[in-house]
Order: sequence, then C-alpha cells, then structure tokens
Amino acid sequence: MYDLEDLYQEIVMDHNRRPRNFGELSDPTNSADGFNPICGDQIALQLFIEDGIVSDVAFNGVGCAISKSSASMMTEELKGKTLEHAEQLFEAFRKMITRTPGEPYDSNLLGDLEILQGVSQYPARIKCATLAWHTLHSAIQDGNEVVSTE
Amino acid sequence: MLDVEKIRLDFPILTKEIFGNPLVYLDNAATSQKPRQVIDALIDYYENFNANVHRGVHTLSVEATDRFEDAREKVSSFINCESSDSVIWTRNASESLNLVAYSWGEHNIGEGDEILLTPMEHHSNLVPWQELARRKNAVIKFIPMLENGTLDMDQVDDLITEKTALVSAVHMSNALGTINPVRELAEKAHRSGAKILVDGAQSVPHMPTNVQELNCDFLVFSGHKMLGPTGIGALYVEKEILESMEPFLTGGEMVLEVSYQKASWADLPMRFEAGTPNIADSIGLGSAVDYLNGLGMENVREHEKDLTAYALYRFRKADLEGLDLFGPDDPNIRGGVFSFNTPDVHPHDLGTFLDRMGIAVRTGHHCAMPLVRSLGVAATTRASFYLYNTEKEVDILVDAVTEALRYFRDGPN
Repeated sequence: MYDLEDLYQEIVMDHNRRPRNFGELSDPTNSADGFNPICGDQIALQLFIEDGIVSDVAFNGVGCAISKSSASMMTEELKGKTLEHAEQLFEAFRKMITRTPGEPYDSNLLGDLEILQGVSQYPARIKCATLAWHTLHSAIQDGNEVVSTE
Repeated sequence: MLDVEKIRLDFPILTKEIFGNPLVYLDNAATSQKPRQVIDALIDYYENFNANVHRGVHTLSVEATDRFEDAREKVSSFINCESSDSVIWTRNASESLNLVAYSWGEHNIGEGDEILLTPMEHHSNLVPWQELARRKNAVIKFIPMLENGTLDMDQVDDLITEKTALVSAVHMSNALGTINPVRELAEKAHRSGAKILVDGAQSVPHMPTNVQELNCDFLVFSGHKMLGPTGIGALYVEKEILESMEPFLTGGEMVLEVSYQKASWADLPMRFEAGTPNIADSIGLGSAVDYLNGLGMENVREHEKDLTAYALYRFRKADLEGLDLFGPDDPNIRGGVFSFNTPDVHPHDLGTFLDRMGIAVRTGHHCAMPLVRSLGVAATTRASFYLYNTEKEVDILVDAVTEALRYFRDGPN
C-alpha cells in the first residue's frame, strides 16, 4: 500500500513504540533541549561524557514516529563513541537526510541509521529526523540554549 | 442549497491527483482554493487594465482606478458597511491587526488599561497586543474557556471594567471551530465604554457578516481564505474612530499636500494606504466576493453546518480508540473546523499518511500555541471544510484516519 513503507520501516515503527534510552541520566555532563516550533516536538538530550567518549546517553520528550525513532536510534549508535565520531555521524546523517535524489551518502559510517534514508523523499519531515541530531551537536558544543529547527 | 458538484467544476485545482488519488482538500482554514472566475479576473486585469491607480489622467489609469475602487465597494457591501471609506486594504488580517494596534492602540491604550482577549486567539490577535501592552504597561486579560471549547460568558461582566480599553475576540476559532458570541461581547464592551475588535479571518469567508448588526468597532479579515488571492486583506473601522486615527505607514498615496518640511494627510480611506496598493489582488478579492454573493452566504453557512453535523456524526460513529475531538458538539455554534488528537499516532505521522491518500490536512499548533497547549497536547490534526467539500470527502477522511490508526498500531499489510 502506497510507498509509506520507505518512511515507516518496521525498525522505525519498533523504535517509535519502544524507544531505547528513553528517560533521564542521574548525573549528565552535557545536555541540550531541542524544539520544533512547527509541530511542537520537543526533546531533552543528556550525555555522560568521559575522556572524550560518550559513555551514556538518554533522551526524553514528545514527538512523531520519525523524530522519536531517529532519537532512539541515535542514542543506540552513540554509546561508546568518541565525540569526534559523534560529530562525523551528525554530518553524515544530515547529508543523507537532506540529499537530492541519487546523491551518495556514507552508508558505511552510518550503519543502521541508514534505515531513515527514506525521509529525504519527504521534505516536510526532514526536520523531524534531524531534531535529535542538532540537539546532540548543541549538547556536545555545550551550548545550553534551546535548539530550534526554525 | 448549494449545488456542490457544479461548484467544484469552477475550481481547476480540485481535479488534481495526489499520489494517484483525487485531491481531498481539507485545509481551508489555512487557505481556500480559487475559482476560475477569480483567476480570470487577475489575468483580465494584467492583460487589459494594468496601470497605477488614482493619479493618472490616462485612460488605463482611470480604468484601473475604477476597478480598484469598485472592488472596495464590493467588499464594503459584503460586510454591510455604511460607507466604503471605512474599508482599508491591507495585506492580510495580521496587517489589519497591527494597523489597529499602532494607529489606534498606541494613542488610546495607556498604563494600567486592560485589553480583554479570548484564550482561542490566533497569534495574530495576541502578539500585537502583547507588544502594545509591553510598550504601554497595559494589562492583557482573558475570558476563561469552558471544557466544551466555548467562552465562559458568565464571567465577562466581571472582566469588563472601566479599565478595559479594548475587547478583541475571534469570531470563529481556527483551531476549535467555535463561533463566539461577538455581538454580545460588543454590547458588553460598549456598555462600559470599551471598543470591540472582531477577528473575522475564519468567519467572514464562511457565514454572513454584518458589521452594523455586530456593532463592532473594528473587523479584520483576509482575502485568501475566502476564495481570493493571497496578499490582500481588509480592515473595517467604524467611521468616527477611523477619522480620529493616526496613519500607520506614511509616504506616497496617503498624503494631501507635502512640503520639504511636513505633510498633511489624504482623506479616508487613502490615509491608511501608503504606497502603490495591491491593485490586482484587490480586484481578485472583489471577484471572489461576487462569486460568494452568487451562492449566497446563508447557503454557504447552511452547507457547512450540514457538513459539520455529518462529520461530528461520522467521527462519533467510527468510535476511534482514544480519538479526542476538540470544540463544541453543536453545529449551530461551530464552523467546519475539526481538530483532533490521536494519542497513539502523532499528528505529523497522521498528516503524512493522509497526504499519501490525497487528503490535505494541517498538523501542528495552528498558530494558536497557548490554546493547543491548554488542551494538553503539543499538536493536533485539523481538517477544515469549505463550500466545495462533500459528505463523501468526510467519509474518505474518517475512513483514512481509521486506517491510519490501524497502520501505526499493527504495521502495513
């Protein structure tokens, strides 16, 4: 039925129903809030960074299936990664989501996050997928300002 | 009764397909579609009458001026103004509201004065007053809202005091569909010496409007929600008040005499229309008014009331798990606006799903963030009807929402 499955793959739906690392850390070293004023989606992201490595991460908030699953998959991917690697993922993910059809992206680096590549065909939903990542970028930069997609 | 099938033939866009499905356009509270007649009026103007208005002695300029002023007359009669001098062209309802806030509010609202609003205002009838209140140290108050999405009118008498300078209320809520008793509000405001502004952005396109009967001091509305082009709106101001108001923007067109040192102002309504106006779109709006008059606004309202009643019935009958439908249950006090929340499916996901079926709805806070938050949700899905929508389209919507809830619960198959 339709081509909605490009967007709502089974893994996406699973992360939406059972988001991973959903909640709060007791003692985060870095945190940031993200907000999409268009749809009201909100995310609070917390990181525990030790020696330049993301040793723990959690997120909280309200959002659509795309923003929630994107955040959930991001947190799974981040654990144990260096900050440098996290920033590389951010760049690669952003490039994949905002690419024009046919443009290549770094699928080796992105791994499971590639599941969300279909979002690039839905311009109205790009910000849903990138909200968590922009918030991550801000948390790493230690900006405690609220990140807005607008 | 409207002959909707015949009406639909006037709207070229309604034959469009979206992802292979016929377009079901249910985003009318955001903007309406345009009939061939309005599109033709714009083409006719640019092909046959394009010239700047008011100052030219050449034939084209005179013809353009006639058509431009004729459009003002049409809009003026449409809302039953005593004189078309009371109708100011603006870009949209937002500009109309800003004009009132600056040209009237700035000089008539002072420290400690009160502005009374409703909790269901569009940001356009909220932010200009917040800014004015900030500049003037004035106070904004709100009429409380009841559970069913109507105003608690019992509290209005206590809220309007001698401190109240302005009551500004939306006639039909763009988020809930609630039709507010603005005539009663006008009576109460006037009794204590306050002015009343009516935001007609959603009501003027959908029901008969009579400024004399409403007894409002200001009425604002937008052309693009009533079959007209974007970029053109109007402001009605009661004549005596308008005469006392200072200009909003200054420059060309709005002056009588200018020296290197100072200027004097033109007569109404041009005093409030600095610069070359939006001639083409004013004429387009005039044509939209002709079209609506041809159908009869009573008939438009009746049709939408029937559709509203039918949609309420279909949503209730579908009995969708957890679906929260906001706004009043009584179609007599509700326009064709359906905002709802589905706890298990986010409005954005639902909107994308419906789009794939050709159904255009709006998802989000509908420029009424505080209201939508007060409903306890971050966003809603909103379907809004107009004169070309049918019961069959309501069926398509309700069936698609039912299918979407299943899809996001059980997955595709």
